[in-house]
Amino acid sequence: MSEPMVKAEAVHKRFGRNEVLKGITLEVAAGEVMCLLGPSGSGKSTFLRCINHLEKINSGRIWVDGDLVGYSQRGDKLHEMRESDVAGEREQIGMVFQRFNLFGHMTAEQNIIEAPIRVAGTKRDVAKAEAKVLMDRVGLGDRLDAYPAQLSGGQQQRVAIARALAMKPKLMLFDEPTSALDPELVGEVLDVMRALAADGMTMVVVTHETGFAKEVGDTVVFMDDGVVVESGDPASVFDNPQHKRTQAFLSKVL
Amino acid sequence: MADAEQPPEPAAAAVAPEEIKAVPVRRPGRLIAGVLIIIVAAALVRSVATNPRFGWGTVGEYLFSPVVLDGLLKTIELTIIAMVVGILIGVILAVMRLSPNPIVVAASGFYIWLFRGTPVLVQLLFWNFIAALYPVVALGIPFGPALVEFNANNLITPFVAALLGLGLNEGAYMSEIVRAGLLSVDEGQEEAAKALGMRRMQTMRRIILPQAMRVIIPPTGNETIGMLKTTSLVSVLAYTELLYAVQLIYAANYKQIPLLIVASIWYLVLTTILSIGQYFIERHYGRGTARAIPPTLLMRIWQSFSTWRHTEVPVPEQRHGL
Ligand SMILES: Nc1ncnc2c1ncn2[C@@H]1O[C@H](COP(=O)(O)OP(=O)(O)OP(=O)(O)O)[C@@H](O)[C@H]1O
Ligand SMILES: [Mg+2]
Repeated sequence: MSEPMVKAEAVHKRFGRNEVLKGITLEVAAGEVMCLLGPSGSGKSTFLRCINHLEKINSGRIWVDGDLVGYSQRGDKLHEMRESDVAGEREQIGMVFQRFNLFGHMTAEQNIIEAPIRVAGTKRDVAKAEAKVLMDRVGLGDRLDAYPAQLSGGQQQRVAIARALAMKPKLMLFDEPTSALDPELVGEVLDVMRALAADGMTMVVVTHETGFAKEVGDTVVFMDDGVVVESGDPASVFDNPQHKRTQAFLSKVL
Repeated sequence: MADAEQPPEPAAAAVAPEEIKAVPVRRPGRLIAGVLIIIVAAALVRSVATNPRFGWGTVGEYLFSPVVLDGLLKTIELTIIAMVVGILIGVILAVMRLSPNPIVVAASGFYIWLFRGTPVLVQLLFWNFIAALYPVVALGIPFGPALVEFNANNLITPFVAALLGLGLNEGAYMSEIVRAGLLSVDEGQEEAAKALGMRRMQTMRRIILPQAMRVIIPPTGNETIGMLKTTSLVSVLAYTELLYAVQLIYAANYKQIPLLIVASIWYLVLTTILSIGQYFIERHYGRGTARAIPPTLLMRIWQSFSTWRHTEVPVPEQRHGL
């Protein structure tokens, strides 16, 4: 087995006095789809945001593809990374938000080509051609010129996925990508994610869609109160949960 | 037939519904108010036109005189440069205000406190007399040797004093406007930009500021119109902008009223042009929002007149992108 795509070791995160992550240790292999489940406030989003250093962790270590996130180790000393180096690490990690967060003043195409042009230095016409391919891939090849406000929630989320993919990330983080959607729009976003997983993308998905987790997830991790309570392949966690808290949670959502 | 068992499809009405033609409600109050206002306006116009002391002949004579036009140009120039200076300082101060460094935040707060807390006229005079305070302006290493030295009297011409006074003061006001704009942009926008690997300044320039513009532009338009009029204070520095230009003329010919009318006409022309420009700029920065931009005052008046005449109401043109 090669190096894991994500490796978290005893990750702690505090907001003031409130300890939100209390020692998370886990690994995501390349090409794996890991689904994070857990009750509200258990720290799922916070952990996801620590993976691309949107939140600074208080102790522990996170590596993405072998590189320490947010710090560099020289000798036995840990050095904080410069902002541009952190940004460089983030380029490789795509993130999809619950509330889409498309740039409201830009068309779908402009949303997608912005980072490739400004950050990765891609030529404009190349970036545009790639945007077209990506929009076709998420089934919106004819909506390149639409502004986010003119798109449905499901369409916005698909553009947001295309935008993240435009940076050719090696890892994709999804934070409840379908929670803000009307029920009839959930399917179209999950379809795109399913296709992405089938293409071999490494994905960490915070979701309440147990159906998706069962079908697409390679691993399911159940978090509660800042710790990993239980993890394993979907069949065993869903059908035969060992821990009381998992059982209680699943009996509510299933 | 199988069709017979199924409930009928709800079909759209086959015939277009008949347009309602009702007798409108009588509104006598509106009519009376309208007539009264027209009578008063007519009386005013008559008095303005027939009172010889308005000196309309003199107004016509000086409206396009070279001295007035030169003053007008200087007023426009001052307005534009002072606003550019003000906006730049405002953006810098607003970004400083949001900095994680407390000293930077405090510096920005002090600037705003100082420049908002004193009258701009006093500031203008201060800059005018700055040479008394610092006769020599030197550039060099702080607390170390000077590299270049200027005589402040040569450096601070009335024009420079005017720009410093107006621009630095405007910066303090603009910073509050810009800050409100920056705070109006959803945090998720910055998050998304960061997650894509965009740098802090890129995120500010490409993502946050353009969206903050929607909130920043309308009050900035008002500030510009305010600035246009505030430039008249510069007349105390003997800088020949529009007001000082007409003052020079009436100091010689004693026709104060007609010349003040000349100045007022030009101020009105400029503010009207600015209001129209503001509408189009707002429309540009409103792109991507579902909300239509409300029509300007002029458009609203036009609209209500056209409804009176039972003609088509002009709808503001669609924003591009729709
Ligand atoms: N920026 C912040 N400042 C202070 N507290 C925070 C911050 N972000 C999150 N928290 C707290 O951390 C805890 C975990 O939040 P988090 O968003 O990670 O939970 P979650 O598992 O994603 O929940 P949900 O399912 O509701 O999204 C919560 O108690 C929350 O109030
Ligand atoms: Mg969350």
